[in-house]
Amino acid sequence: MAWFKRKEKGIQTSTEQKKDTPRGLWYKSPTGKIVDAKELEQNYFVSPEDGYHVRIGSEEYFSILFDENKYKELDAKLESKDPLKFEDTKKYPDRLKAAQEKTKLKDAVRCAVGKSKGKDLVVACMDFSFIGGSMGSVVGEKIARAADYALKKKTPFMIISKSGGARMMEAALSLMQLAKTSVKLAQLADAGIPYISLCTDPTTGGTTASFAMLGDINISEPGALIGFAGPRVVRDTTGQELPEGFQTSEFLLEHGFLDFITHRKDLKKKVNLYIDLITNQPLRE
Amino acid sequence: MEYLEFELPIKELEEQLEKCQVIGEESDVDVTETCKQIEKKLLATKKEIYKNLTPWQRVQMSRHPNRPYTLDYIKALCGDSFLELHGDRNVKDDKAMIGGLGKIGDQSFMIVGQQKGYNTKTRQYRNFGMANPEGYRKALRLMKSAEKFGIPVITLIDTPGAYPGLEAEERGQGEAIARNILEMTRLKVPIITVIIGEGASGGALGIGVGDRVLMLENTWYSVISPESCSSILWRSWEYKEQAADALKLTAKDMKRLKLVDEIIKEPLGGAHNDREKTYLAVRDTILKTHDELKNLSPKDLVSNRMEKYLEMGVFKG
Repeated sequence: MAWFKRKEKGIQTSTEQKKDTPRGLWYKSPTGKIVDAKELEQNYFVSPEDGYHVRIGSEEYFSILFDENKYKELDAKLESKDPLKFEDTKKYPDRLKAAQEKTKLKDAVRCAVGKSKGKDLVVACMDFSFIGGSMGSVVGEKIARAADYALKKKTPFMIISKSGGARMMEAALSLMQLAKTSVKLAQLADAGIPYISLCTDPTTGGTTASFAMLGDINISEPGALIGFAGPRVVRDTTGQELPEGFQTSEFLLEHGFLDFITHRKDLKKKVNLYIDLITNQPLRE
Repeated sequence: MEYLEFELPIKELEEQLEKCQVIGEESDVDVTETCKQIEKKLLATKKEIYKNLTPWQRVQMSRHPNRPYTLDYIKALCGDSFLELHGDRNVKDDKAMIGGLGKIGDQSFMIVGQQKGYNTKTRQYRNFGMANPEGYRKALRLMKSAEKFGIPVITLIDTPGAYPGLEAEERGQGEAIARNILEMTRLKVPIITVIIGEGASGGALGIGVGDRVLMLENTWYSVISPESCSSILWRSWEYKEQAADALKLTAKDMKRLKLVDEIIKEPLGGAHNDREKTYLAVRDTILKTHDELKNLSPKDLVSNRMEKYLEMGVFKG
């Protein structure tokens, strides 16, 4: 005989009365540490026990960098087209549509301007969840326009890279975005406007071969994968065993390609400290 | 001469022609008419085959083992005037990336380009035309030196990609390419880029930002090779032909997309079939292009170049 017996048929609890079980209640870090989702958010999405920096997107980075999470998004409406009529196992427009529905994003980068420690900062932040953060025409154009905004307003510029590289479905058009974004960075450099490149996990391929490595300072978070060719490609090509920690941010720091690695909780402070120092302005609290 | 699979009908006819000629020489049989017939057929077959090359066949043509490489062009265009310059002043001299000064006509040029090998030994020596970071840094050093003295730059592109090696990563392959791209956007002398073989991704663009980008007819230029594209998107190496179609990597496609400025026609059967004719076409186009650029002020030159690259990209909204 059953211990409990259902007296009434069907589920009677209305949605509002259901117990609160939010999406992703727990987070498990790669070392196996379990974190409460709320606690994770309060800790800048870093697992408190092992310091693991969880992959986050533009929404989270904007909330970390902009005062009171207030910012104005730039060129939010730009969307990809399908100029090559690209089709592999899926049609490119179908891929785009699926990515947009899944992520609620228009494409793989969002740009915004807002106050960070009281002063304007322009930030272009890539979203890895959108087709692997791949760079096509929209990413190139939005970054170029954001850089142009920074140029016109003489505002420091920051790109947060998080990308597998160029978007294959736009082939050579996406390759040329490396040149396009570099044009704007050259103009920023000529105008003496600081550009900060934050390389986050992962930053590979075309992004590394363009704006991610071109900052007045290149910085990163602990344990991020940063490289030109992915580790699998390097191993397959050379047949060599890869040393431990190959292509991590610590590896790049050691080999001279990063200025420093910062914990996410210090990101806002350190970025603004650099800006105050390099522009010879009084330090902000 | 080596033949690609789709060139086999040509091989057959050429062998027939040769046999026919031998018969003519060794016997009293009059073969003039037969030879003529075969020659006619040969020409028609060639025209038919090369007129309708698929994108994948163009990729194969761009990799043809008999195709002229960077040093062949340099020798043909500059003769004895070419002075090769070595080293990145940092770690080493990259053999996959060559550079130096030379005269074409009475104008000095700084020429840089990837170099492939001619046989197993030199292929290894040249690392199959895959440059390391020091190659890109050598190229930049030479381009900056040209800028200092107002010497125009020619870059010749022929690479299956930047080398994806362990040391390449340690020494900053990404940074080296990125730095080149940025500096090339604002270099104050004319840059003429010619794709002479394979134009694979960042490895090509790392010396490929030019006021004019010219593509030989049977070359390809894209963000990834068809093989790698197949392996990533189809998860198999078997779809390289479809990938070559999808990537729109031929000279014609690249011109239509306004990503390159001009196509240099190749002789029937490809650049290697009549090298002299190819060299002449490349030389003429370079000199004509230089004439168009040489009177621009450095400021106009750079701003036109920047405008050109800012225009690239297709989007809505």
